[in-house]
Amino acid sequence: MAITLKRWNRQALGAALLVAPLAIFVAVTFVAPLATMLVRSVYQPAVAEALPETLAALAEWDGGSLPDEETFRIAGAEFVALNERRALGSVATRVNRLESGMRSTLLGTARSLAAETPSASWRETMIAADADWGAIKSWLAIRRAGEVITPRYYLNALDLDRGGAGEIVVQPEDRRIYVSLLLRTLAISIAITGICLLLAYPLAWLLAHARPRRAGLLLLLVLVPFWTSLLVRTTSWIVLLQNQGVINDLLVTLGILAEQQRLALIYNMTGTIIAMVHVLLPFMILPLYSIMRAIPERHMQAAASLGASHWQALRRVYWPQSLPGVAAGSLLVFILSIGYYITPALVGGRTGQLISSMIAYHMEQSLNWGLAAALGGILLLLVGTLFFIYDRLVGVDRMRLSG
Amino acid sequence: MSAAASHSHSRPRGWLHRGFCAAVLFFLVAPVLVVIPLSFNAEPYFTFTEGMLRLEADAWSLRWYQNILGEGRWLPALGKSLLIGSGAALIATTLGTLAAIGLSSPALPGRGAVMALLISPMVTPIIITAAGMSFFYSDLGLGQTYTALILAHAVLGAPFVVISVGASLSGYNHDLNRAAANLGADWWTTLRRVQLPLIAPGVFTGALFAFAASFDEVVVVLFIGGPDQRTIPREMWSGIREQISPEILAVATFLIAFALLLLAAVNWLRQRDYAGAS
Repeated sequence: MAITLKRWNRQALGAALLVAPLAIFVAVTFVAPLATMLVRSVYQPAVAEALPETLAALAEWDGGSLPDEETFRIAGAEFVALNERRALGSVATRVNRLESGMRSTLLGTARSLAAETPSASWRETMIAADADWGAIKSWLAIRRAGEVITPRYYLNALDLDRGGAGEIVVQPEDRRIYVSLLLRTLAISIAITGICLLLAYPLAWLLAHARPRRAGLLLLLVLVPFWTSLLVRTTSWIVLLQNQGVINDLLVTLGILAEQQRLALIYNMTGTIIAMVHVLLPFMILPLYSIMRAIPERHMQAAASLGASHWQALRRVYWPQSLPGVAAGSLLVFILSIGYYITPALVGGRTGQLISSMIAYHMEQSLNWGLAAALGGILLLLVGTLFFIYDRLVGVDRMRLSG
Repeated sequence: MSAAASHSHSRPRGWLHRGFCAAVLFFLVAPVLVVIPLSFNAEPYFTFTEGMLRLEADAWSLRWYQNILGEGRWLPALGKSLLIGSGAALIATTLGTLAAIGLSSPALPGRGAVMALLISPMVTPIIITAAGMSFFYSDLGLGQTYTALILAHAVLGAPFVVISVGASLSGYNHDLNRAAANLGADWWTTLRRVQLPLIAPGVFTGALFAFAASFDEVVVVLFIGGPDQRTIPREMWSGIREQISPEILAVATFLIAFALLLLAAVNWLRQRDYAGAS
C-alpha cells in the first residue's frame, strides 16, 4: 500500500514537472499581461500623481459651493508647474473625458496664469480667464479624475456615469454606444453561428458517411481554407464582393443588375457576416464530423425499417445523437466570433464593426486605455464563461485540429 | 428489400443533399482560389478584364510578381516572418510536447484545470491578448522587439502543439514506458528512445500548426511590433487598408501555395501517426 502510494506520487510529480515549464510560460507571458490589463481597467494613478496638492485640497471641499480661494491658489499654481514640465496635457485629456471642454480650460488657464501671476484673488483671475472655473462640475471632474481606484471605465463601458452626488446614472442617449454595440456583437455572432450550423450540418453528414477515400478527399477541401492565411481569405472577399468586384461584375454582365444597381456587399454588416461565416465554417464542420462519424448508419436504417420517414428518422434518431457535435461546433464558433477583430476591421466598414473594433479604437486612436481595458474585461468575462461551459459540456481535451 | 426500398426512397433527397454540399464546398474553396488567376492580371484591377476572359496573351502578365520580387518590401518581410515563426514554433513545440506528455498521465492532479489554462491563449480574443501584451512588454522595455514577438507567438502557438501531441498520445500504449523501465531505461532514455519517436508525427504536426499560426498573425504584430517587425501579414494588412494593389494578390498566391504545402505535410504526417494507424 505504502509502496503504491509512493509510486503514485512520483508519477504525479513527474507529470507535474513536465507540465510546469509550459504552465509557467503561459502564466508569465499570457496570464500576467491580461492581469495587468485588468488592473489598468480600475487602477489609474496618473492624475493623482500629477496633482497631489490640488486633490488634497479638494478632498476637504464639500462639493456644494465653489472651492475657497486657497484651493484655487493651490490648483492654479500646480497647473502652471505641470504645464512647465509639459505634463498637463495628459492630465487635461483625462479630466476632459469626464467633463468635455476641460482640456482647453486647463491648458488655457495654465498659460494665462504663467504669463501673469495673479496679484490679488486667484479665484477671480481664474474665473476671468475661463468661466468654467466658476462651475462646480469642473471641480468635481478634477476630483473624480484623481481617484486612483475607479469603477468609471466599467461604468462607461456599460453606458453609465455618475451624477454630481456620485450616484450611478444612465448616460444621455447620444452617448450610449457600448451596450448596443455589445448586443449587436452578440446578435451577429448568433447569426453567424446559425448560418454555419445550417451550412455545416448536411456537409458533415455527407463526410461522415461517405466512403473513407472520398471522405478524406472532401475533408481536404474543407481544410484548404482552414490552412490558408486569414489575410489572403479576406483579400479574396474584397476582390469578390467589392463594388467593381467579381460578383457585381458577373451580375451586371449577365444582365441581372443594371450598372447603377451594383450591390453593396462589403464594407458593411453583410461583408462582415459573409467573410466571417467563411472563416469559421471549418470550426463547425470538424466537430460535427467527428461526432457524426461515430453514429452508426444502421440506426437510420433501423428507423426506416420501423416505418419512420426520412425526416422523422433524421429528427428523432440522428439529430439527438449528433447534438454533442452541434453543441461543440456552435460554442466554438460563437466564442471565436464574439471576439473577432481582423475580418470586421478590414471588411466591416462602418456598420459591420464588433466590440473588438472599439477596443482597438481606444487602444490606438483615442488612447483611452482604461476604457479599452474595461471593454476587454467585459469581453473576457463573456468568453471565459462560454469557454467554461464548453469545457464542462465538451471538454477541452476533446478539441481536435482536424478530422 | 427494405434497404433497396429506402435507398430508392432517399434518392431525390440524396441529389438535393449532394448539390447543397457541393455548393458549400464551392463556397469554402472558390473564394480562396479566385485570387490566383487575378494575380496574373495585366491591369491594376481586381476583376477579370474582357481580355483575360478571351484568353488574350497580353491581358495576362507577371508584372505583379516582378514587382514583389524586385521591390524591397516583401522579401525582408518574408525573412522577418520566418525568423519570428521558427523561433515561436521552436519554443511552442518544446514546451508544448513536454506538457502534453505530462497531461497524458492520469496521475496528474487537476488535469482539467491545467488543460484549460494551457489552451486559453487559443480561445481568448486576439484583440484582448494583443492589448494586454502591448502594455506588458512596453512596461518591461521589450516593446517593438523580436524577443517580445517570438514569446507572444510562442504562447499563442503552444495550444496547437498540446492538442496535436495530445491526440497522438491518446493512441499511445503506456505499457511501453513500463516495459522500457523494466529493461533498465531511465525516464529520459524512455522519452527519447521510445515515446518521442512514436509520437513524432504529432509533434511535427503541432510544430507546423504553431509556425503557421505565427506566420499568419497580424494583430499582436500591430500592437507590439515596431517598424523592424513588419512581417508578411503586417505588410498585407497595410496593403489591404491603405491602397490595395494587385501585388497583394501575387503575395496571396504564394501564401496559398504555402498553405497547400502545409496541408499536404500535415496530411502525410497524419497517415504516419501512431494514433491514426491504430
